[in-house]
Amino acid sequence: MTKSLPWWLRDVLLLSGFVAVLIGLSYGLEAIPIAGIAYYNRILVIMGINITLAVSLNIINGHAGQFSLGHAGFMAVGAYFSAYLTYYHFAPRLDKMPPGTQQWIMQNVFLVIAVLAGGLLAALAGYLVGLPSLRLRGDYLAIVTLGFGEIIRVLILNIDTIGAARGFSGIPQWSNFFWVFLVCGLTIVISWRLVQSSVGRAFLAVREDQIAAEAMGVDTTKYKVKAFVIGSFLAGIAGGLYAHYMMYLNPQMFMFVKSFEVVAMVVLGGLGSISGSVVAAVVLTFLPEGLRPVKDYMPGGRDPRMVIYSIMLIVLMLTRPQGLLGRRELWQVFGRKKKADVTPDPEKNEKGSSGGATPIS
Amino acid sequence: MANGNALLDARDVTIRFGGLTAVSQFNLAIQPHELVGLIGPNGAGKTTVFNMLTGVYKPTEGAIFVGGVSTREFKPYQITALGVARTFQNIRLFKELPVIDNVKIGGHIHYKYSGTSAVLKTNRFHDAEEIADRDARELLKIFGLERRADYYAKNLPYGDQRRLEIARALAARPKLLLLDEPAAGLNDRETRDLMQTIHDIRDRFDIAILLIEHNMELVMGICERIIVLSFGKTIAQGAPDAIRANPVVIEAYLGEPAEAAGI
Repeated sequence: MTKSLPWWLRDVLLLSGFVAVLIGLSYGLEAIPIAGIAYYNRILVIMGINITLAVSLNIINGHAGQFSLGHAGFMAVGAYFSAYLTYYHFAPRLDKMPPGTQQWIMQNVFLVIAVLAGGLLAALAGYLVGLPSLRLRGDYLAIVTLGFGEIIRVLILNIDTIGAARGFSGIPQWSNFFWVFLVCGLTIVISWRLVQSSVGRAFLAVREDQIAAEAMGVDTTKYKVKAFVIGSFLAGIAGGLYAHYMMYLNPQMFMFVKSFEVVAMVVLGGLGSISGSVVAAVVLTFLPEGLRPVKDYMPGGRDPRMVIYSIMLIVLMLTRPQGLLGRRELWQVFGRKKKADVTPDPEKNEKGSSGGATPIS
Repeated sequence: MANGNALLDARDVTIRFGGLTAVSQFNLAIQPHELVGLIGPNGAGKTTVFNMLTGVYKPTEGAIFVGGVSTREFKPYQITALGVARTFQNIRLFKELPVIDNVKIGGHIHYKYSGTSAVLKTNRFHDAEEIADRDARELLKIFGLERRADYYAKNLPYGDQRRLEIARALAARPKLLLLDEPAAGLNDRETRDLMQTIHDIRDRFDIAILLIEHNMELVMGICERIIVLSFGKTIAQGAPDAIRANPVVIEAYLGEPAEAAGI
């Protein structure tokens, strides 16, 4: 917490540094002379989107402790709405402009507007889902959010303007490595700073004990809705970038399976651990790709990828039910052990101020 | 309206769960700086009274005023904002969070800034967090927990958990503190320490305290006024000495004398 710089200046400097690195990387990565580099870049971009999704879901599931299975729904809202704006409003306008720098600038401006609008609509959806369903807890909330995700998908399936079952094609590829990882980085920073603040502490209090949180003056409903709105906003943004990268959307992409995929990332990484979500998103994005060559060794060329993938998930959950990192962050696991992780020695407590206490329930 | 300048005024409060009247016609006015004890045999309705005062339950009849404001339509967090904080009989700490964060959450209503200033780390955020940290550490020091600030709450020994709950409640800067069996499960030495602590914090923070307790030594030792509940009814109230000698109270605790029961 350096206070030597004005707060905004430090952030502006950090952000410009980050942007510079990203620009460098986005040119550098494409220039690497490896066969099929475009393929790897594509996986990288999808990984960035998955990280954004996992970290944003972690705010809802991990920090606020509200088990949501509707993340694909929020993503779909953002993806389709931004694609709609671009396809029907922004792209035609851009086509009328003469090619050149000005057109390039406008393309990115349009992208930002479209994606932000998609995020806002997703946030609105998060608000609408959050408000009535927050009387529910645990399994019940999970079912409601699962239902929401399906409602969104079926709704899209029946809107002809956005392609219905045919899918929505012809979206220009405006999004790229730079935008995806800019959003990814911002999502991580937002999530991290929130959890370090009174807002984040309120989320955690709701997760830990709602009755105690209320008794401490935390408006639990407000913070649950807040978590939903923030999480779905970021998921909507991720969806928008996804749409503008894939150039094609299909309701099938946003089946509940997609929600489960994101939940798997969050749970695997450790509920509540931001870096855990990141690590798990990276692993679960690359795993299916990395397993592709296994097919070559199988009789009849069958593809056992999903079998191996599921077995690995099961083994991981059996051996580490709390997730890869538990509730800790990466640097807490590998760095010096924080006091918080050490169970105090009962011997020492005897000498401490409290004396040995015998718990009576 | 509420009488005089009472911090808390409960008037003819009754609550029924189905056909069971858990508490009936409960009256209590607490003045600033008072230390009041609420005692009674198991199942007398003491914790139910606490839950009504803090808005967890809505009374079936009667009204509760905090600082002159009726709390009928208030949710628990709004009542906390009016200046009533509590602890729980079966400890309800935020177990998976560090000790210091538990206390900071206790002061939640006092550290106001938006999520946006948290994300941008504005000066407002820094100032509020600095105050939050200072307040929390000060409270931990009073309860001898400052060296355990970074422990997870669940890893604290039992006695420390009880004290942390009081520290957390005090972080809300209440005018009235409700303690639900603060000495439950503590040994004699810890109980005596706790008596001293309760007495001290009352003066230090200039608050009123209402406590439920089974430990008579503690209640008689520090309370200025005691209310006795039995089967939801107030059977006696007054100074500790008067309560100790009151035959109705003795009967409630020990049963009827053998002769009177005609055995």
